[in-house]
Amino acid sequence: MEKHFLEVKNLNVSFHTYAGEVKAVRGVSFTLEEGEALAIVGESGCGKSVTAKAVMGLVQRTNGVVKPGSQILYRGENILDYNKKQWQAYKGGECAIIFQDALVSLNPTMRVGKQIMENLMAHKHMNRREARQEAIRMLRVVGIPEPERRVDQYPHEFSGGMRQRVMIAIAFACDPKILICDEPTTALDVTIQGQILDIIKQLQRERNTSVIMITHDLGVVANMAQKIAVMYSGIIVERGSCEDIFYRPRHPYTWALIRSVPRLDLSNKQTLASIPGTPPDLLNPPAGCPFCTRCEHCMNICKEQMPEYTDFGDGHQAACWLHHPMAPKVKMPEKGEVIHG
Amino acid sequence: MAENKEVLLHVSHLKKYFHVSGGTLKAVDDVSFDIYKGETLGMVGESGCGKTTCGRTCIGLYSRTGGEVLFKGVDPETLKGKERLAYKKAVQMVFQDPCSSLDPRMTVAEIIGEGIDIHHLAKNKKERAEMIYKQLELVGLNREHANRFVHEFSGGQRQRIGIARALAVNPEFIVLDEPISALDVSIQAQVVNLLIELQKKMGLTYLFVAHDLSMVKHISDRVAVLYLGSLVELTTSQELYDHPLHPYTQALMSAIPIPDPEVERKRDQEKIRLEGEVPSPIDPPPGCRFRMRCKYATAQCAAEMPALRDVGDGHWVACHCVK
Repeated sequence: MEKHFLEVKNLNVSFHTYAGEVKAVRGVSFTLEEGEALAIVGESGCGKSVTAKAVMGLVQRTNGVVKPGSQILYRGENILDYNKKQWQAYKGGECAIIFQDALVSLNPTMRVGKQIMENLMAHKHMNRREARQEAIRMLRVVGIPEPERRVDQYPHEFSGGMRQRVMIAIAFACDPKILICDEPTTALDVTIQGQILDIIKQLQRERNTSVIMITHDLGVVANMAQKIAVMYSGIIVERGSCEDIFYRPRHPYTWALIRSVPRLDLSNKQTLASIPGTPPDLLNPPAGCPFCTRCEHCMNICKEQMPEYTDFGDGHQAACWLHHPMAPKVKMPEKGEVIHG
Repeated sequence: MAENKEVLLHVSHLKKYFHVSGGTLKAVDDVSFDIYKGETLGMVGESGCGKTTCGRTCIGLYSRTGGEVLFKGVDPETLKGKERLAYKKAVQMVFQDPCSSLDPRMTVAEIIGEGIDIHHLAKNKKERAEMIYKQLELVGLNREHANRFVHEFSGGQRQRIGIARALAVNPEFIVLDEPISALDVSIQAQVVNLLIELQKKMGLTYLFVAHDLSMVKHISDRVAVLYLGSLVELTTSQELYDHPLHPYTQALMSAIPIPDPEVERKRDQEKIRLEGEVPSPIDPPPGCRFRMRCKYATAQCAAEMPALRDVGDGHWVACHCVK
C-alpha cells in the first residue's frame, strides 16, 4: 500500500456535555500529500475546525475525546500513539496552526518577538540572539514594516491584519511540514484578506508545505486548494479536486452551497438558491444521511441509512443515495450549469 | 434613471465626529446621498470606514455633528411629540448581532409586541396577538414560537425575529446594519431572499449596510462605497461592477474572491493589490483620504479633497483622476 504524507482514517471525535455526547466528527478520512493544499469547507458546527484540531493534537485539551479506532498517520506513524516527547516535537515543529482570531491566540502579555522566539528556541535549539535575528527576519518575510522596532511591541499595538501576519510568522518559524489554517481570514477585511492569502500561498510554494485550509468561504478556496472536502454535520459528504467540486459537484449539499452564494461577476437579480431549514443537532444525529431533512431529492432510504461513497474517478467521491443504480435519475450539474441555474 | 422618483431620505454633507483621547475621530465626514422610495441603497466599505455610524446617524440614533438629513422633506431632529412618534414608526432598524440586540428576558411575543403597544396599533389583546402571529408567519416562523425566549432560536431564526420586530409597526424605511454577516452561507441566502420578498410585498425602502460586496451587489439597486468616513463612489450596482471608476472601488472589487477556480486563476494576474492598511480616522490628513494607498496619487490629491461629482448617468465619484 502506498504511503501518504498525512492520512486521516475514520476519525471520530466527541465532546461530553451536560446534554450528552456531541458527535462532532463522525468517521472522517482524507489524505494529504507533500506540498498539497486541501480545503475543508462547511458551515459553522460541521466539525471542520475539530477535524483540524485533532490533526494538531489539540482536541484532548478541550475535553474532547478522539474515539478508539481513529487513525492519524503522519509519514506512516499514528500520531495518536505518540508519547509526550514526540508530541512536543510534532506540535509547532512538524505541524503548525493559524487560528481565526489572532488577538485571542496571541499572548497579550508577551512581546510578539518573544512569542516567535519561543518556538525557535524550543524546536531549533537556537540561542536567544539567533532566535531574535530569526524572528526579525520572519517578521520581514511576512511583510511587517520596521521589524526591528515591531519585534518588541505587544499584540495590542498591531492591527488585525498585522496580528494575523505575526501568527503566520510564528507558524512558519520552524519550517513546519503541515500548516493548518483555521479560518485565517474570516475576521479580516477583503483587501487585507487578499494580502494574507498571498503570503500563505507564497510561503507554501517556497517551502513546499502541505496546507489544510479550513474555511466557509468558497471564494477563498477557489484559487488556493488543489483538493476540497465538503463537510456537513461531522461527515465528509463529498471530496475531489477543486474543479470537480466547483464544476461537477455530485452531492446535493455541495451544489446547493455553491448556488447559495451570490457572485460578483454575474448579474443576478433573481432569488438565491437557499437551503431550507438548519443543520441537524449533533447531540442526536439522524440515522441516515445528515442532509436528508434539507435535501430536495430526499428518498425514504436517505432517512434510514447513511449512503456509501460513490467513486467518480480521480479521487472524486460523494456520499449520496442518488448515485445508487436503483435511485431515480436526477440531472447532475455539469460545468457551467451549477452557477445559479 | 431616478429623476422622477420620490426622494425618501435626503442626506447632505452629513458629519459625525467623536471626541476621543487622541483627537477628533471623523467617523463620517461630509457624506451626501439620496435614497429613493422603494429602492435598496447598499453601503459598503471595510471595517472602520464609518458605514454603521453613517446608517445610524441618518436615522437619528446618533446626533449629527453637521450637515442635513431630510426624511420626506422634514428634518427629524426638529420633530416633537406626535410627529416624532410617527417618524419613529416609519423608520426601523435591524442590527448585526441578533443575539445582543434582542432582550434575552423577553419572549418573542413581547419583543414584537413592544412596538405595537408604543404606537397603539392594536385595539385589544386579541388583535395584538393576531398581529404578532402575522409578523411571525411573515418572516417564516410559526405562531408556536411566540412564547419562546431568544436563546431557544438559531442565529438565522433570531435574525428573523429582529426583522419581525422591525416590520411590526409597518415601517416605510428600514436600516439593515450587516443583517447577514453573523450567519452561515446557506442561512444568509434564506434571510436575503426573505428581505427581497418583503420589500416587493410591502414596498419597503432599505439602506443595506454590509461589508460583503457580492451580497450587497445582489440585493441593492444602487451602491455607495465608503472609505475612511467619506463617500468615494455611488452608482447602480451593475455599473459599479462593470465600470468602477474610483481606484479604491477597483481594488475592492478585485480583492473579492469569486467562487470559481478558472475565473479566479484568470483574474490572479490582473488583480490590483492594495498595499498597507486603512489609516486611522483620528485627525486624518487633508486631501484625498485614499491617496496614501493610491498608485495614481498626485500633488493635487494631497492638497484638496476631491468632491463627489456626477460623471454621467447618476454615477457619482470622488476622485481627481477620473475625468
